[in-house]
Amino acid sequence: MNSRDLADERTKIRVRGLEFFYNSQRSLKSIDMDIPEKRITAIIGPSGCGKSTLLRVFNRIYAMYPKQEARGEVLLNGENILAPDYSMNRLRSHIGMVFQKPVPFPMSIYDNVAYAVRHHEQLSRYEMDARVEQALNGAALWDEVKDKLKQSAQSLSGGQQQRLCIARTIALRPQVLLLDEPTSALDPISTGRIEQLITELKEQYTVIIVTHNMQQAARVSDYTAFMFMGELIEHDVTDTIFTKPKMKQTEDYITGRFG
Amino acid sequence: MNDTVQPLTMTLHVGDVTSDKRAARDQRHDLWFKRSMLGAAMLVLLLLASIAASTLWGGSLALKTFGLDFLTSTEWDAVNNHFGALVPIYGTLVTSFLALLIAVPVSFGIAIFLTEVAPPWLRMPVASAVELLAGIPSIIYGMWGLFVFGPFMAEHLSPWINDYLGELPLVGSLFQGPPLGIGMLTAGIVLAIMIMPFITSVMHEVFRSVPTTLKESAYALGSTTWEVVWDIVLPYTRSAVVGGIFLGLGRALGETMAVTFVLGNAQQFSASLLMPSSSIASVIANEFSEAYTDLHRSALIALGFLLFVVTFIVLALARLLLMRLSRKEGL
Repeated sequence: MNSRDLADERTKIRVRGLEFFYNSQRSLKSIDMDIPEKRITAIIGPSGCGKSTLLRVFNRIYAMYPKQEARGEVLLNGENILAPDYSMNRLRSHIGMVFQKPVPFPMSIYDNVAYAVRHHEQLSRYEMDARVEQALNGAALWDEVKDKLKQSAQSLSGGQQQRLCIARTIALRPQVLLLDEPTSALDPISTGRIEQLITELKEQYTVIIVTHNMQQAARVSDYTAFMFMGELIEHDVTDTIFTKPKMKQTEDYITGRFG
Repeated sequence: MNDTVQPLTMTLHVGDVTSDKRAARDQRHDLWFKRSMLGAAMLVLLLLASIAASTLWGGSLALKTFGLDFLTSTEWDAVNNHFGALVPIYGTLVTSFLALLIAVPVSFGIAIFLTEVAPPWLRMPVASAVELLAGIPSIIYGMWGLFVFGPFMAEHLSPWINDYLGELPLVGSLFQGPPLGIGMLTAGIVLAIMIMPFITSVMHEVFRSVPTTLKESAYALGSTTWEVVWDIVLPYTRSAVVGGIFLGLGRALGETMAVTFVLGNAQQFSASLLMPSSSIASVIANEFSEAYTDLHRSALIALGFLLFVVTFIVLALARLLLMRLSRKEGL
């Protein structure tokens, strides 16, 4: 792991000259970034640095809001996802996102996982059952819920709900998983389980995690990007960022001098 | 030494007594507060019970005289002192049902447009227009229905409905009749326009209460706006939406002035929606000043009691429906 370097990795998402405008105010400033395939990339930085904004560009969820706009290029497998003719449906089946607060849909546990799959694929009942089981297994939740799949998802604990959210996202078999502070609303034990899960997920997915918690970034990620005031300051192997950062701002943040 | 200690213990002691007093007073206040709230709540039940009881008592003469015939007879004849309420009951239910049939989808559309689709600059004007519609007195709707919409129905819509829908098998007889312009369909449409703002504003309010993160999660899974609305927003707000619909239905059932204007006030039973009919409220409004015999007056009050019962049954059914739905979902 230590001998690795960004330059040796296969790039999954290539960001070039990305700018983001919120009400014509620029909140991302010409970001260039290569996100390696099947690795965990953590994005850290103080509040308001644009790390969540960057994540929300990757699956264009910002497009829900009329006054938000992204310019530049974000290439997924070489295709620009910001191009107007790139299908939103296809993008979101390739790039899944898990949000800060666990928000199960108002339906049963089974339907929560099957929900999105039904919209994208035609599966037989048997195939769907298998897919749901696989997804719940992938999210380390199957053993806890296999006897109550028909129950409402609201009956689960906060940590279970968040794993359910991960399950319904990976049920679509995306290539990239975006995690927006996935453990900030959870207790330490649930956090530990989710972190464990995240490290397992990189076998199959490219994972990008935004986190406030620097220890978490250090624990789970292979690469870490530090952002400040809408700019990407430094992006390197996690160990390097946390032990010998090249930039003064990164060092100040890591050592707790600001932020 | 002793002198300095003495006042301190005294104040402590005094402090203790006052705080004891205070605690007792607080408790008393709280008790009174709870009792007055209970009183306010009880007042509602008391009002409900006394209205039901007094209309039942007032209508007892008619109910006793005609028995079940009061509900099943279509003959409402003040001259011969025979009163049967089937025509107004049927008219009330059909016009209100028609109104819901039209108003619910339209209200749903407006509410979804306002919360999910509309560009921000358009939201305010449309939302205020809806609220203004709700503020128009029902007599205006009645006049508009009679002088503007009725003739329009007679000239354009009724003949078309008669020609095309009247030919359908099974349901055809619902759409046959002379182009009078007034009748159950006209009343249903006017009622729909009247209850639409109420249903819309309830739906708009509850759709807005759906957490953004919930919708974002659904969009992030590749759902379309329709899928988000149908699978996430609607189930999440289900009980409030049903509540809003029944608020509208309650208004439609009891609406008097507008319906009296456009329903035609006929005491003849007819299945066709193009034919004039009467509703419970319109019969009461039309005949109360001319009810000289005790039996006639009692029959009108009994009608009022029926309206009360019909509304109660409809609302109870709605509750039951909601309970069964939520049990099915295991919530």
